[in-house]
Amino acid sequence: MNRLLKMSAVSLLTIGSFSVQAGIFHADTLKDVQAKGSLTCGVSTGTPGFSSPDASGNWSGVDVDVCRAVAAATLGDANKVKFVPLTAKERFVALSSGEIDMLSRNTTWTHTRDTSLGLTFAGVNYYDGQGFLVKKSLGVNDVSELDGATFCIQAGTTTELNLADYFRANKMNFKAVTYDTSAQTKGGFEAGRCDALTSDVSQLAGLRSTLKDPSSAVVLGNVISKEPLGPVVRKDDNKWLNIVRWSLNAMIEAEELGITSATIDNASTSPGVQRLQGKSGKLNESLGLDKDWSRNIIAQVGNYGESFERNIGMSTPIQLPRGVNQLWIKGGILYAPAFR
Amino acid sequence: MANSWVSHFFIKFFMFTKLKSLLYNNEVRAVLFQILAVVVIAYFAYQAFDNMMLNIEQRGIRSGFGFLNNESGFAVNDSFFLEYSPASTNLQAFYVGIVNTLIVSITGIFFASIIGLVVGIARLSNNYLIKKMATAYIEIFRNIPILLQILFWYSIALNAFPSPRNSINFFDSVFLNSRGLYLPKPIMDGDFYFVIASFVIGVIGYIFIKKRSDKKHDETGIVTNTIPYFLGLVVFLPMVVYFASGAQLDYPALKGFNFKGGTDLSIEFFALAFSLSIYTATYIAEAIRSGVESVDKGQKEAAAALGLKNTRIMRLIILPQALRVAIPPIINQYLNLTKNSSLATAVGYSELVTIFSGTVLNVIGQAIEIIILTMLVYLTISLVISLILNIFNKKMQIKGG
Repeated sequence: MNRLLKMSAVSLLTIGSFSVQAGIFHADTLKDVQAKGSLTCGVSTGTPGFSSPDASGNWSGVDVDVCRAVAAATLGDANKVKFVPLTAKERFVALSSGEIDMLSRNTTWTHTRDTSLGLTFAGVNYYDGQGFLVKKSLGVNDVSELDGATFCIQAGTTTELNLADYFRANKMNFKAVTYDTSAQTKGGFEAGRCDALTSDVSQLAGLRSTLKDPSSAVVLGNVISKEPLGPVVRKDDNKWLNIVRWSLNAMIEAEELGITSATIDNASTSPGVQRLQGKSGKLNESLGLDKDWSRNIIAQVGNYGESFERNIGMSTPIQLPRGVNQLWIKGGILYAPAFR
Repeated sequence: MANSWVSHFFIKFFMFTKLKSLLYNNEVRAVLFQILAVVVIAYFAYQAFDNMMLNIEQRGIRSGFGFLNNESGFAVNDSFFLEYSPASTNLQAFYVGIVNTLIVSITGIFFASIIGLVVGIARLSNNYLIKKMATAYIEIFRNIPILLQILFWYSIALNAFPSPRNSINFFDSVFLNSRGLYLPKPIMDGDFYFVIASFVIGVIGYIFIKKRSDKKHDETGIVTNTIPYFLGLVVFLPMVVYFASGAQLDYPALKGFNFKGGTDLSIEFFALAFSLSIYTATYIAEAIRSGVESVDKGQKEAAAALGLKNTRIMRLIILPQALRVAIPPIINQYLNLTKNSSLATAVGYSELVTIFSGTVLNVIGQAIEIIILTMLVYLTISLVISLILNIFNKKMQIKGG
């Protein structure tokens, strides 16, 4: 009997301490990451150019580079990242439950996601939009000719909502067949289940190139939505939000200042360059990082332009033009806030 | 029993004033252990829930069921009976999901039962070919995972049927293509209600005639053929009224990319209902077979000695007894089929999981509320199926002592 009483007392205490712990919950993701010695980053299950693993399991892509930049800034090593592949449905739960430290998985920054999920978007690393892939045999040149058509779409994306919005706004009818993965969506399109496939423009070119007969389909010129894609963190840790936001900004700023992974250690008298090199200024202190944080990012991952050209630029199979994802001084809308 | 036990306990309780002697009383201890267990479990559940709510609040995640009244904003491919558009609310999307789940489950249960019954009996046939074919069917389809079967039949359906412009055409009113089956739809105005009314009258009339003929059969043994009455009342009467009243059907016609007008069943619905039916039918066939085999051989021999034909022996003597054994495992299979219908996400049939814990969950992001609602729906459907079939099972059991 005594043993039983002891056991119940112990179990009650254990449960009680649970609630106490929950009560004094303070998030310090930076401390956790540095204690673990690695950054856990949520990525896609395979989106070529954005986040996809190669045959030997090495991840690459522009989204992957954001993870690597944060690892370089916080741990001094861009390779200390553990990648967790997530489906569109899983991503937010994985982040808010603490399974991952940050999410960098072509995720559209929307009002609802930013305000009601307990999450915060740290910036934009690719400005995308929704486009259409259409069978050439239909002879369609513009979305406005697609009244009454059937569309193949992937579940759990903003695509579903944009499509419905566009057709309602233009008083046109449509049917949608919603699949779970992007591979199934492509399969449905190829088999003729739908007249058109709709997805982010950045993915359409890649999708088209993997069709059995790429010349049987065309990408329409129309873009019907804004899809600013960017990294996401939990709302309860502002220090961590700043680290992720400014790691991405450092990549953009480096391109603007003309420093690459090759030229980062060159002697320069420009105060802006010296601040990014960690030689002057105290930008690191308020982030709680080493003086080398931005130097590590640029030396190990490269600037934004390098990452873009390496993963999705014209020399890659994805062949995306810079378009609006060009620096503001070159006619695009990429603009990092001032580094001072 | 229970009352006297409780009062006994309380008498014991008051008799032992010392705590120690109370603790060493066997009966008291037995009850105390159980109360303690319940308290610990309840406390743990409460703490877990409390912890969850605290975390949700701290992280600024929206909670509650207010989102159900928000506009859904997305389109759904299949919608039966209910009007639905992207301007509808999430609650309406939820209802569409439930109806779609129910329709594909009921269709699946209906065909699985028929196929299962036929194959189950065929497996016991004396004809070598029929027996072996039934065995082969069961062994093949029971041993391939259902998800693979759904994907397989879906890709077959997508590639085997023609494109909309080359649809298989039945009398210019029914069309079949790789997107689905297009059927004429009655235009529900005043005229069509006459057709529906005449059909209802026909069915009631037929039931009346059938009852009378059954009574006559019980009393005199004379069998009346009621099939002509059935055709006349249930089939011809509504048809005559349809042509006489001038009621209209809305025919599907190819306009632009797709068929417009009429009503349609998507190819995803067919692939899912078909796969669920032929998969579950194998288990039902086995249940029927074990039921039939459980009936004593003497029953069949006695019936044969009375001069009954084989089909009548099966229908009147063997099956009623076999079902007693077969119904409990068949209930299980109906429940499995309903739950398996959630695999529809794989082929894009818009049932509850696809719509609600798929798209709505993504738009809204309130995983806990949405998953709880989805689970409650499946629980309710399963409990209702169990209840109905348990009542049926009770009726089939041998009555009295």
